[in-house]
Amino acid sequence: MAIEIENNIAANTGLKTEHMILNMGPQHPSTHGVLRLELELEGEIIKKVTPHIGYLHRCFEKHAEAMSYPQVVPYVDRMDYLASMYNEFGYAIAVEKLLGIQVPERVEYIRVIMGEFQRIASHLVALGTYGADIGAVTPFLFCFRDREKILSLFEMTCGARLLYNYIWPGGVSHDLHPDFIRQAKEFIPYFRPKIKELNDLLSYNKIFIDRTANVGILPLETAINYGISGPNLRASGFKWDLRKDDTYSIYNKFDFDIPVGKGLKGTVGDCWDRYFVRVLEMEESLKIIEQALDQIPEGDVTSAIPKRIKPPVGQVYSRVENPRGELGYFIMSNGSLNPFRVKARGPSFVHLGIMNELCKGHMVADIIAILGSIDIVLGEVDR
Amino acid sequence: MTYDFFNKLFGSQIVAALIQSLLPLFFFILPFALFAVWFERKVSAHMQDRLGPMRVGWHGWLQSIADILKLIQKEDIIATENDKPLFNIAPLLVFVGSYAAFAAIPFSSAFIGSNLDLGVFFIVAVSGFVVAGILMAGWASNNKYSLLGAMRSAAQIISYEIPTILVIVTIVMVTGTLNLNTLSEMQTGHFWNWMIFGGPTFGIAKFLLIPFMILGFVIIYISTLAEVNRTPFDIPEAESELVSGYHTEYSGMKFAMFFLAEYANMFAVSAVVAALFFGGYQSPIGYLGNLIGIKWFIPIEQLLWFTAKGLFFVFVQMWLRWTLPRLRVDQLMAACWKYLIPLAFVNLIIIGLITLI
Repeated sequence: MAIEIENNIAANTGLKTEHMILNMGPQHPSTHGVLRLELELEGEIIKKVTPHIGYLHRCFEKHAEAMSYPQVVPYVDRMDYLASMYNEFGYAIAVEKLLGIQVPERVEYIRVIMGEFQRIASHLVALGTYGADIGAVTPFLFCFRDREKILSLFEMTCGARLLYNYIWPGGVSHDLHPDFIRQAKEFIPYFRPKIKELNDLLSYNKIFIDRTANVGILPLETAINYGISGPNLRASGFKWDLRKDDTYSIYNKFDFDIPVGKGLKGTVGDCWDRYFVRVLEMEESLKIIEQALDQIPEGDVTSAIPKRIKPPVGQVYSRVENPRGELGYFIMSNGSLNPFRVKARGPSFVHLGIMNELCKGHMVADIIAILGSIDIVLGEVDR
Repeated sequence: MTYDFFNKLFGSQIVAALIQSLLPLFFFILPFALFAVWFERKVSAHMQDRLGPMRVGWHGWLQSIADILKLIQKEDIIATENDKPLFNIAPLLVFVGSYAAFAAIPFSSAFIGSNLDLGVFFIVAVSGFVVAGILMAGWASNNKYSLLGAMRSAAQIISYEIPTILVIVTIVMVTGTLNLNTLSEMQTGHFWNWMIFGGPTFGIAKFLLIPFMILGFVIIYISTLAEVNRTPFDIPEAESELVSGYHTEYSGMKFAMFFLAEYANMFAVSAVVAALFFGGYQSPIGYLGNLIGIKWFIPIEQLLWFTAKGLFFVFVQMWLRWTLPRLRVDQLMAACWKYLIPLAFVNLIIIGLITLI
C-alpha cells in the first residue's frame, strides 16, 4: 500500500520545504551486514533510497587471478557466507566444464545433498532474521536452533560449520562420515513439524501479514527487467528455477516442485509472497534430500580430482540455483595454472538494485520489511 | 494507616510523608524492576529454547544487580550537539511520571501512598507526563532516529489514552468512585465480586454486565500495552527500525532511568487493570488471617495477592512481547482510532444502559 502525500505546502504558502535525509547503516541492526542506505524522507514516507555498498569489498576477483584453481575455492566460500556449499558447488561445476571432466555419481549425490541442506540453512537464516526485522524475535531463535542441526551435519562431514572448502573441482574433499546418512535421515522427520511451527508462529500471524502483505510489490515485468532471479522472481509468479530449467548435476533425477508466489494474503510479488516461497522451498529441498539419501550409491569420491588443474585456453559461463538466485561463474583460462579471470554474477548484488523501485512511497518501517524480504548477503554484494 | 503510624512514631508530618512516599520506591519499585528484568530474560529464554542468564547466582538471579553495577560504572556520554539541559532532565521526567503513578495505587488496605479521591484520574494524568519526557529525550538527542521515535511515541501514547480513559469511565459509571482504594474495597469477598464478573451486586444486571466487562478489560489491556510501549506496540523503540528510538543516545545511569521507568510503568498499568477489574488487593478465596484470627496478617496477604495479580499481567505482557511481531505506525493508529475507540464508546453506552436497569 503506497501512501502518497500531496506536497502542496510550497505551492500554497510559498514556504520552502525540504526532504529529510536519513542515513540508515552501515551500523544499523537490520541492514543485514554493512549496507548503507541513504533515505530521502518526507515525514516517514520514503521518496528515494540509494544503497551505498563496498564496506565488505575483499577483491575476490583480483585475488583469484593470482591463485591456482583449487585455491580459489576458499575465496568463493566467503562470498555468500550463508550458502558456502552452493558457492563451491557452482565454482566446481564451472571448472569441471572448463576441464571437460566427469565426476563420479556418488560425488554428485553428495553435492546435491549438501547443496539442499545449505539451501534450507540459508532460508532458515533468511526467514528467522526476517521475523526479527518485523519484531518477532522468537521465530528467529527457533530457526537458528534448527539451522544448528544442519551445521552439525556439515561439521561432521568436513569439520567446518560455516566456510567449508568441501566441494572441490573434480570431487569432494572427504567421503561422508559413516553415520551421516542415518543422522541426515533423522533430521527430515524432525524438521517437517518445525516448518509447521514456523507457519503457526509467524507466517499466518495477523500482524505479520499486515506488515508484509501488499508491501513492496514486485511486478513480474519489473523483476525480469532488473534481472531478479531465485525465490524473489518466483514470488512474482514466474516458474523459473535453474535446477529444472537449465538443469545441472543430477537434479533431473529427483521429483520436486517449484513453488511460486500466488498472492495468498495480498498481491502476487509482495513481501509475504517472497517470504512464503522460501518456506515452501524448504519443504521441496527436504523432498530432494530424502530421495537423494535413499538413492545414494557407493563409490569413490576423490578419484576424479585432478592432481594439477591446467585447463585448455578458453572460457566458460556456468550458472547454478543458489538459495538466493542465479549464481553464475565466468572463468577465462589462458592455459596456465591460474585462472586469467574469474567473474561471479551474484544474485544479492543484482537484487539490491531493486530497492529504490520497491521502497518508493512506503514508510520507514517498510524498508526493513522489503530489505529483509529480498534477502541479500552483503558478503556477496561486495565480494 | 501507615501514615498515622509514622506520624505518631516520629512526631513530624514531614518525616512521615517522606517515609510514606519513599516506601514504595525502595521496597517495591526498585526490587520489582530488578526482578522484572531478570524475569523477562528468563521468560524470553525459556520461550526460545534457551536458558537465559545462568552464571550469576542461582539461575542467574543476581544478573540484574550485575547489570545495574555495570550501568553505574559506565561513562555518562553527552554528545556536543545535544541540548544539554533537556537531555539531562528527560530521563528524570520519564521516571517521575511512572513513579508518581504509584502514589495512588493501593498496595493493600493498610498501605496506599496517598488516598486520593481522584485516584484513577491522577494516574492517567501523571502517566501523560511520560510523553513530555520522551519528546524531550528525542529532541535533545539531536538524532534523527531518536526524533522519529519520540514523535511516534507521543502520537501513540496520547492516542491510546483515549480508549483507556473510556474504559475507566465505564467502571466509574458502574461503581460511582474514582478512588482505587474504595474500588478495591467494593470488590471484597470472593472473586465473583470482581468487576470483571459484574461487580458486587446481584441480579440480572450482573450477568448482563459480564460480557461487556470482559470486552472493556480487553480494550484497556491492549491500550495499556501501547501506553507502556510493549510489543506489538513497541514502535517508539523499534529496535530493527530505529535502533532504539528515543533512548539511542543515552548511556549509563540515564539509560537505566528509562529502563527502570519502563518496568515500573509495566507494573503500574498492570496494577491499575488489576484494581479496576480484578479486585485490586482483595483475595479471591478469603483470608488466612480471618481463618486463624490474626487480623494484622490480612494486609500482608493483601499485598501478596496484589503483587501476584500485577505480576501475572506483567507476565502476559512479556509473553505477548516474545510472541508477536510489531505493527507499523499507521496500522497502530488505525487499530486505536478505527477499532478500539469506537468499541470503547459502544461499550460505554451499553454498560450505561445496563446500569439503568
